[in-house]
Amino acid sequence: MQQSNTYIIIFTALMTIFFGSILSITRMKLEPIQDIQVEIDTKKKILGAVMEISSLSPEEILSTYNKKMKSVVVNIKGEIKDSFVAEEVNVQKNFKVNPEDRQYPVFMYSNTGESVDAYIFPMFGNGLWDWISGFVALDKDLNRVIGVAFDHKTETPGLGARISSSEIQDRYKGKEIYDDDGKLVSIFMLRRENNDDLSKHEVDGMSGATITGKGLNNMLTHYFDCYRVFIEEKKLENTLKISYE
Amino acid sequence: MSSEVKEKETIKIKPSEGFLSKRRKKILIDPLDDNNPISIQVLGICSALAVTIKLEPTIIMAISVVFVMIFSSLITSIIRNYIPTRVRIIVQLAIIASLVTLVSEFLKAFNYEMFKVLGAFVGLIITNCIILGRLEAYAMGNKPYDSVLDALGNSVGYAWIILTVAFFRELLGSGSVLGFKVFEFIGLNSFPTNALFVDSIGAFIILGILIWIQRSRNGYIEN
Repeated sequence: MQQSNTYIIIFTALMTIFFGSILSITRMKLEPIQDIQVEIDTKKKILGAVMEISSLSPEEILSTYNKKMKSVVVNIKGEIKDSFVAEEVNVQKNFKVNPEDRQYPVFMYSNTGESVDAYIFPMFGNGLWDWISGFVALDKDLNRVIGVAFDHKTETPGLGARISSSEIQDRYKGKEIYDDDGKLVSIFMLRRENNDDLSKHEVDGMSGATITGKGLNNMLTHYFDCYRVFIEEKKLENTLKISYE
Repeated sequence: MSSEVKEKETIKIKPSEGFLSKRRKKILIDPLDDNNPISIQVLGICSALAVTIKLEPTIIMAISVVFVMIFSSLITSIIRNYIPTRVRIIVQLAIIASLVTLVSEFLKAFNYEMFKVLGAFVGLIITNCIILGRLEAYAMGNKPYDSVLDALGNSVGYAWIILTVAFFRELLGSGSVLGFKVFEFIGLNSFPTNALFVDSIGAFIILGILIWIQRSRNGYIEN
């Protein structure tokens, strides 16, 4: 049976309206729930860079976060910008503008509530298919990695997507970003898996995910460089504090 | 002589077909084995390779496909007489795409972890050849109930294959089942995992073995 063009146009129009409204209603109803999920996920990632959080419930994550985290926003010159809230800075949007014009959030973890135990730096970059992002936690001397938490949009499951697994993230623990001469070198993921003799700036690679690994390396190098002034000022501050005491 | 033609009106009473008659059972069972979409028709291979690295995402994927398949078949079959023939593929795609988007939105709201793992692949259910294939070949020409049975049969036929593949890939590739470290549990701490099974190659190997076993058991001969 051949239908007339009018019938086809009316049919497709009605169909579009019907499915369109179902989808937009669902989206509207689910959006608040999804937003909370995303917020929990972000705070989980920030906390996950410094502590074991797998046993915490979503509510505990939010309360621990409020208790133990402080944050500032700095620019590339290391100057603190009070007008911004670190949690509200969209690292992804900032990634698209010039490094000089970006806001850089820094999260400070304090176990006791007094001195800072860890500095957490959000980062952003490109993987193989789409963006990758990360939170890198450095110890109070701002050199040794305490933990990292990487995330990605659509890296290949089982290959590049492994960057969000603890198996890969644990490889970064204990690595250092400064060499013995005090020069910033960042941390590099090698090609291939099961490499021997890793230096303190190298981590083992992921087989089948070389480009994602390169993306990680670029992201770390780039952002450590952007945070460098802040990091080095803090380091100086800390040494002065120690020598003063 | 006038011959009277008596017209006998014969009223044929069709006995209503059983809820699961022999024919309907065949619709349901056939795609599980003899006419399996993956192992016999070799459709939907792409996602069978991509999502089967770990068992947990595969379970979610299988449930999503069963859901999308059943409801798209049902909807298509109900409105099959109103769908304009010239744009039928577009209509079928719109139905599938809407259902897939629903699944994806619900997943994002209630299982964010899995949403992050599966994200792209749930969206790709839209292009799963099995679904569009069954809508075009079956649901467009059959009653709703039969179409649902056909959809159920085909999606479960798809599901059991990808679950089997995922089980062996996770076991051999990561040494675990549903994240549970099997080999460490039975005291084999140094059991070597095989990275080949984390790659798609592993899926090909297991799929090949599955098809081999199935075909030699059923006596299938390539035409």
